[in-house]
Amino acid sequence: MMDTLLLSRIQFGANISFHILFPTITIALGWVLLFFKLRFNRTGDMRWMEAYRFWVKVFALSFAMGVVSGITMSFQFGTNWPGFMEHVGNIAGPLLAYEILTAFFLEAAFLGIMLFGFRRVPGWLHTLATFLVAFGTTMSAFWILVLNSWMHTPAGFELRDGVAFATDWWAVVFNPSMPYRLVHMLLASGLTVAFLIAGLSALRWLFGDRSGEVRTTLRFGLTMGAVLIPLQILAGDMHGLNTLEHQPAKVAAMEGNWETRGNVPLLLFAVPDEETRSNSFEIGVPNAASLVLTHKADGIVPGLNDFVTEDGEVLHPPVAPVFYAFRIMVGTGMAMLVLSWGAMALMARRGEGVGTWAQTRRGVDGLPKLLLIALVAMTFAGWLATLSGWYVTEIGRQPWLVTGVLTTEMAVADVPSGLVLSTLIAYLAVYAGLTLAYIGVLVHLARKAAKGQPPAEPRKAPSAVVGGLHAAE
Amino acid sequence: MLTLFGDPEVWLPLAFAGLMGFSILVYVVLDGFDLGVGLLAPLVDDAERDRMVASIGPFWDANETWLVLAIGLLLVAFPEAHGMILSGLYLPVAIMLIGLILRGVAFEFRVKAPAGQKANWDRAFFAGSLMTSLSQGFMLGMYITGLEWTLATLLFSTITAVFLTVGYSFIGATWLIYKTDDDLQRKAVDWARGGIWGLLGGVAAISIASPLASERIFERWFGFPEILLLAPLPLTFAAIAGVLVYMLRKLPAEGDAFAIVPFAATVLLFALAFAGLAYSFYPFVVPDRLTLYEAAAAPESLLIILVGAVVVIPIIIAYSALAYTVFRGKATDLTYY
Ligand code: HDD
Ligand code: HEM
Ligand code: HEM
Repeated sequence: MMDTLLLSRIQFGANISFHILFPTITIALGWVLLFFKLRFNRTGDMRWMEAYRFWVKVFALSFAMGVVSGITMSFQFGTNWPGFMEHVGNIAGPLLAYEILTAFFLEAAFLGIMLFGFRRVPGWLHTLATFLVAFGTTMSAFWILVLNSWMHTPAGFELRDGVAFATDWWAVVFNPSMPYRLVHMLLASGLTVAFLIAGLSALRWLFGDRSGEVRTTLRFGLTMGAVLIPLQILAGDMHGLNTLEHQPAKVAAMEGNWETRGNVPLLLFAVPDEETRSNSFEIGVPNAASLVLTHKADGIVPGLNDFVTEDGEVLHPPVAPVFYAFRIMVGTGMAMLVLSWGAMALMARRGEGVGTWAQTRRGVDGLPKLLLIALVAMTFAGWLATLSGWYVTEIGRQPWLVTGVLTTEMAVADVPSGLVLSTLIAYLAVYAGLTLAYIGVLVHLARKAAKGQPPAEPRKAPSAVVGGLHAAE
Repeated sequence: MLTLFGDPEVWLPLAFAGLMGFSILVYVVLDGFDLGVGLLAPLVDDAERDRMVASIGPFWDANETWLVLAIGLLLVAFPEAHGMILSGLYLPVAIMLIGLILRGVAFEFRVKAPAGQKANWDRAFFAGSLMTSLSQGFMLGMYITGLEWTLATLLFSTITAVFLTVGYSFIGATWLIYKTDDDLQRKAVDWARGGIWGLLGGVAAISIASPLASERIFERWFGFPEILLLAPLPLTFAAIAGVLVYMLRKLPAEGDAFAIVPFAATVLLFALAFAGLAYSFYPFVVPDRLTLYEAAAAPESLLIILVGAVVVIPIIIAYSALAYTVFRGKATDLTYY
């Protein structure tokens, strides 16, 4: 039977991975809804209101998923990682408490008004409630990322008998990796939502929906993605440089670099092997890793072999998962770049007729079907990139739980492994079922919305797809 | 500033125990009524169930946040106790969490999933409420008996599990008396008439069993002069229970008068029962093993949290009150616009 430590790690990983899926959506979607609402208030154009009405449902569902999985998170520390609070509770405690006090209550209390209060409160109060919910979700992200970043790059504390005491709260909160991680995560949330909106709108389009609303949201999602993705690549690069400074072993694992040296290639693909401490099947761009990380072709990149002690103890993280996860994230980012910029270019083409460019550009009608299908396939690309990014970050921190202060092993609870295994299986079953149900409902909402709209312009019989799905209901 | 009120090592843990007790009580009352509504949901038809859900829809999220706060305070103020209690209650905690997950998402899914799946989500809503209530009651029993897994404690905890579930159903019924009208309200009165005896029986059973199960509790209750100081508690409890039984016979009244009284009275009963428990355990956070003072975190960290809590909790109460005011009156269908 597997040991409690490993099972507890898998369980924590499963719970947080499930949780993060939904805040990733709600953090940015809250602001998007506020934007829709303000546009409507401004222009009186019903398309914005319809967009609001559709996406507020997605928001409500995602929020509920985020809340219930978040409650699970808050119990995890006690059930599986009691050593965590015993050693660093003096730092983690206030940060978690401030998250609850300043963020969770705010969003929970105003959520009711935002969702159900449209007819019960004055317009300004409804808009304010929408703002406060968006603000609250962003605040929770802030506090939890402060804590998470502190665990990666601890600062502003001293150790007395293995227990951390804060000496400088400012340094704790604004620890070296916090700004990078916060920015990168908020952008990740924005991109997840951008591609979710573009993907579901493309799906509605393929279902035959040609309403003004779906045109607006399709364009909105694509524009949002196209604007954010270059920023994200920039932020990711800066985050990597920060990591190089503070957690070199993690960067070595991300690059799959075993020996500290210059002229390190950027590996596009490889199979790292910790047994032989080398890579096979390497495909790389010469000097590029040195160039990216040090901005010099012969810049020195740290190697994994520096993190093995004389007597063979390994102090670097497991290489393969960090290495692969990093490539999945960056690869997804590149796909996002190509797709969103390609779509922007296609939409900007001049169409037929006379007039200025703005009057004749093709807009969403200029998008080929293949691209729409690609967008549907990318609906949850943000989830994929975000999860892989977190796996890089978190697995890359091992064997430390708090870098240089506390190892994961020291924190684990002494619970029988059979108990952890059985609850793990139960959680996994619930999560798998709910994730499927969630995606199913989004597709159902898209189909329902498409059906409620007038059919595609040249009036013709409902397409086979729509008809077939309809019959299946 | 730290020493303004005397020794911070004494008053800070006490202040946090107070805050934590307050959050637990608020949680038990607030999520108690919405869990109770979930427990009663299978008893009615679809249209009435929609109205029952509508009566708690805008509130349940904020209600559950009090659980997050209570657990958070336990975590931050008494880290050692937090680990001991939660790893000792590993299994019931997991069951409760899965229950909370199921019912929390069922709210949303039942109205958004394709119509054919609604009945399934209604089942999940009930099952989740039941799992949550039973496991919370079970944990209460385990806590009272000192977190030991023996046959006797299991038996006792099974009883508390059933009674807490009855208690939640009861407060849920009184909430429905307040928030609904016509047929559904009459049904709720009926449920409450039956449920009150379960609630009172439960409190009586726990009050009899607790001092028998723990010598320390026996001393705290029946020693002298404690017994005199404590006497007002059961007396007030009995008086309020009497009013409640009487009111339930009379309701629903002309013009919907007094509809809020059963709910308000039940909140008081919960508070009194809770005060009794708190009194029985002071100064322990883990019964007979760990006191508040032994378990408390560093005073510097506690002070930082306390400052935040003192400023923010009144604000939280204010905007929670705003939410309840916006959705006051009888429950109507929930729409997004
Ligand atoms: C939509 C999501 C998304 C996309 C497209 C990217 N990332 Fe990312 N990345 C994340 C979402 C994310 C994340 C989930 O938000 C992480 C995990 C922890 C964090 O702060 O951000 C992350 C972590 C993360 C780390 C690890 C930081 C650490 O040491 O903890 C690095 C170096 C990068 N990213 C770099 C990049 C680069 C160079 C990208 C170029 C395409 C990129 N990311 C795209
Ligand atoms: C921001 C708040 C977060 C905190 C405080 C946090 C804390 C922790 C803790 C305590 C562990 C210890 C367990 C272990 O080492 O296995 C851990 C590991 C882990 N976390 Fe996080 N985490 C956070 C965010 C995330 C997110 C958002 C994800 C994924 C989407 C994630 C994925 C993981 C994974 C996969 C592990 C397992 C690493 C391993 O054991 O190899 N974490 N984290
Ligand atoms: C990077 C990691 C994390 C981020 C960005 C994050 C963010 C959020 C956000 C925005 C919410 C609001 C509800 C929603 O929108 O769904 C939320 C809910 C919640 N999160 Fe997380 N969280 C993270 C990790 C954690 C961890 C490690 C914990 C454990 C302590 C946690 C505990 C909670 C709780 C208890 C809730 C429910 C709050 C409520 O009742 O409204 N989260 N989280």
